Amino acid sequence: MMRIDCPHCGPRAQAEFGYERTLDSIVTIDMPANEAVARLYARTNPRGLDDELWRHGLGCRQWLVLRRHRVTHEIVGVVSFDQAIHR
Amino acid sequence: MTGPGRIGGGAAATLRFRFDGVPLLARPGDTLAAALLANGIGLVARSFKYHRPRGIMAAGVEEPNALVTVGEGGRTEPNTRATDVFVYDGLVARSQNRWPGLGFDVGAINRLAAPFLAAGFYYKTFFGPPARWMFYERLIRRAAGLGKAPTEADPDRYEHRAAFCDLLVIGGGPAGISAAAEAASDGARVILVEQDRALGGGALRGDGGRPIDEAALRAAGVRILTGTTATGIWDHGFVTLAERLAQPGERPRAGEPAQRLWHVRADRIILATGAIERPLTFAGNDRPGVMLSQAVRTYIRRFDVLPGRRVVIATNNDDAYLTAEAVAAAGGEVVAILDSRDTAPETRFPVFAKAWPVATRGRRHHLASVEAEVGGVRQRFAADLLAMSGGFTPVVHLHSQAGGVLDWRGDIQAFVPGASRQAIVSVGAAAGEVAPIAATVAHLPDPKHSFIDFQNDVTAADIDLAWAEGYRSVEHLKRYTTLGMATDQGKTSNMAALSRLAGAAGVDIPQAGLTTFRAPFTPVTLATLAGADGGGHAAPCRRLALYDRHQARTPIWQPLGYWHRPRAYPLAGETLHAAALREARAVRTTAGIVDVSTLAKFSVAGPDAAALLEMVCATGIAKLAIGRGRYTFMLREDGMVMDDGTVWRLDEARYLLTSSTGGADRMEAHLSYVHRVLAPHLRVSVVAQQEHFAGIALAGPLAADILAQLSGQAPPAHMGLAEAAIAGVAVLILAASYSGERAFEVYAPGSVAGPVWDALDDATRARGGFPYGLEALEFLRIEKGHIVIGAEADGRTTPHDLRLDRMLRKAGGYVGAQALGRPALSDPDRLQLVGLEAAAAIPEGAMLIAEEGAPVEGHVTSAAGRILGEGGIALGSLAGGRMRIGDRLIAASRTRQQYVAVTVTDPLFYDPEGARYRD
Repeated sequence: MMRIDCPHCGPRAQAEFGYERTLDSIVTIDMPANEAVARLYARTNPRGLDDELWRHGLGCRQWLVLRRHRVTHEIVGVVSFDQAIHR
Repeated sequence: MTGPGRIGGGAAATLRFRFDGVPLLARPGDTLAAALLANGIGLVARSFKYHRPRGIMAAGVEEPNALVTVGEGGRTEPNTRATDVFVYDGLVARSQNRWPGLGFDVGAINRLAAPFLAAGFYYKTFFGPPARWMFYERLIRRAAGLGKAPTEADPDRYEHRAAFCDLLVIGGGPAGISAAAEAASDGARVILVEQDRALGGGALRGDGGRPIDEAALRAAGVRILTGTTATGIWDHGFVTLAERLAQPGERPRAGEPAQRLWHVRADRIILATGAIERPLTFAGNDRPGVMLSQAVRTYIRRFDVLPGRRVVIATNNDDAYLTAEAVAAAGGEVVAILDSRDTAPETRFPVFAKAWPVATRGRRHHLASVEAEVGGVRQRFAADLLAMSGGFTPVVHLHSQAGGVLDWRGDIQAFVPGASRQAIVSVGAAAGEVAPIAATVAHLPDPKHSFIDFQNDVTAADIDLAWAEGYRSVEHLKRYTTLGMATDQGKTSNMAALSRLAGAAGVDIPQAGLTTFRAPFTPVTLATLAGADGGGHAAPCRRLALYDRHQARTPIWQPLGYWHRPRAYPLAGETLHAAALREARAVRTTAGIVDVSTLAKFSVAGPDAAALLEMVCATGIAKLAIGRGRYTFMLREDGMVMDDGTVWRLDEARYLLTSSTGGADRMEAHLSYVHRVLAPHLRVSVVAQQEHFAGIALAGPLAADILAQLSGQAPPAHMGLAEAAIAGVAVLILAASYSGERAFEVYAPGSVAGPVWDALDDATRARGGFPYGLEALEFLRIEKGHIVIGAEADGRTTPHDLRLDRMLRKAGGYVGAQALGRPALSDPDRLQLVGLEAAAAIPEGAMLIAEEGAPVEGHVTSAAGRILGEGGIALGSLAGGRMRIGDRLIAASRTRQQYVAVTVTDPLFYDPEGARYRD
């Protein structure tokens, strides 16, 4: 079980969190249909670091962005989603 | 005297135990294996496939042969390693896999049939004619297998516990102890774990190392857990430990659990897990009396047990010479040391270089002689014990589980830990500090009786056969021969198998590859994994706010997720079906009330509340008038229906959204996702209120009268809402119907809803009505054609499939709109919602077919009977269903042998004009 350092709550067990999706698979409401479908069905699956959207559902309930290695499960950074989109 | 026995002196044997019914005595501190050997018992088990007589080969958890059943009743633990159980007074052990007895075993006839059970037997039989498998299956099921699981409930308690530390040291031998002591002296929080009951590791067999000062370790702050196995290393320093507080079959001490599963999070981990000695491969190497060399030393020095009097030692390394010294010191005779190396060390014992065993002879209980090849010449030695050493395999399981790399070391012919992925370091024998060996490949004249995997009865010939039949990858070899797939996971056999495979392939062992190490390191009982979460505690039970009111009527309860809801309220002598029919008929003719508290409820408020709801819901929201409500549904991003419910406009910028019970948590997360991720600019707050309010639905032709009487005001029009007081409690009334009758949902805070239920219950009963449960609710909604998420909408269903497409918001702008635009999702040939009617009951879940043998065209999603009329009705999914009204089909349930002729109809069986629920 991974340990995720929640920026609001500190390091907590993975069991408190829920994985949502990778950042590049978010389908916004106003996205053109072809792009939305591509994001749903033609995603990349990099063997390496990727940005993922998680939610601390059994903690602060905030949405977080994890930069996580797909093979080693190493987590390079965790920031709140708001912070991530304003970068 | 021959065979195993106790060396004189030492403590008295005071512990009483039984093996196969025979009363025996053991010394405190004995393992079951040591105690059996001390009592002269060599034959302990029968092998898995061929029922060959087997004894004790090892002294630790790697033991492949001596599996026994320990304990009685609910404490019975099958497949326990005799080397891994410490005798307690009253222990009861039984041998396994034999009938009628261990000495004479009918199953041993399998040995005569050995060609049948060679590698790949199962696969070949599967691919043969089915009748062949049917024939063999009965025989195999009876013959194969190990111990039998008990049928009684386990009376003991198990628990889980969490711990955190700076350093976790796994392995309490000399290397682990010194690592733990050093870290503790630096002030680190240290946990030291040892699977044996005593610390010491190799020192327990007298192989040197500093004397163990357990008190000093504890004083330094080291938390010591003995009898505790690190079963697996997971991500980010997370380690699971299985602590055995009671021995298998033993009653735990008062107030203590039998076992405890630790969840440890460690910043750093040191693996001092030691090494496992490898057997040698020769004919009859599985016979009782053939043991690992270090195990012989352990029995002599730790347990005062000499496993044999006349001892042949076979080795390819120097370590086994220590065993010769131990045997001699204990009064045994070292008959010969067979050293496969070209030159053997100088010693006082008769040593033969370039020598190795090729066969053994003996009786069931012990060995009689060893046949060896000595410098190319056959020679026989009379002996009752053969101590073998094929070198040492570092225990790299945990390092490997944690993603670490393995490096090959030719001098020890084994893999050692390479680079680690986590903060994990291996030390001592686990890191490869073991005796070097000579990698000579001994001549093997009889591979059919030369065992490699003892527990699964895989011989060298099986590996050769797999190779000859084209199994090149070690992963394929494993699956084809079942090598390494027994409960010991090949701890003693992997390297010998790889060596044989590499030999056949003409490559080095590292090129032959290695199978994956998986948790658990040793078997873990299911009860330990379950901990306290067993029995009634497997899942939380969520009770309704009105639980006491329902319980007073002794309903049949139905679990729905974690919720428990009344299924029906049977009167004396009434069946479930009769009760539900009575309740449903009351709704159709007078009135009924039902607890709908579990519906998901969300308060959505703020200037942008409607904007958020229009993103989440696929129907129009913005034009909803204050004080009005509407049916709505939500889509997933892929255009499939996710959930449905109702949305109500309470005032200018305040809405109430309801959705299905089962989808409540998913909807909470979805609302949060849409708001916080997709539209964080919206000024809106969403509050989940599922449990804040109790909800009571009042339905039936008399519902409006009853409500007017209780509230003293005119009830709201259909899909309208009102605030009122019932029994002095402020309530919110939503005029929505799920039954097809005029109906109202009455909401009040859960803590004060009791009097509201009482008032509604009394008034309804006074008019000839009843409370109703989920079963009647189903009857009513099926007759009315209302869908349920999970039945009619099963995650592959679009709004078009459910005839909801006319409600879709034309402008789009909701989740799922883009994907739903793809033509295939509105294809008229898709599975579409239909009604089905028949003279008899329609089996739920049945396939819809035109005739027997024809392709499946759909299925029955929900079924019921007509409430006031006769005959069966159902909802179903049918290919191109909308265009097939009037078609005649068969609802076929092969498993239940039910075949019912049905006619396709519109999914609406009652009051198609909707006259009954409107004002």
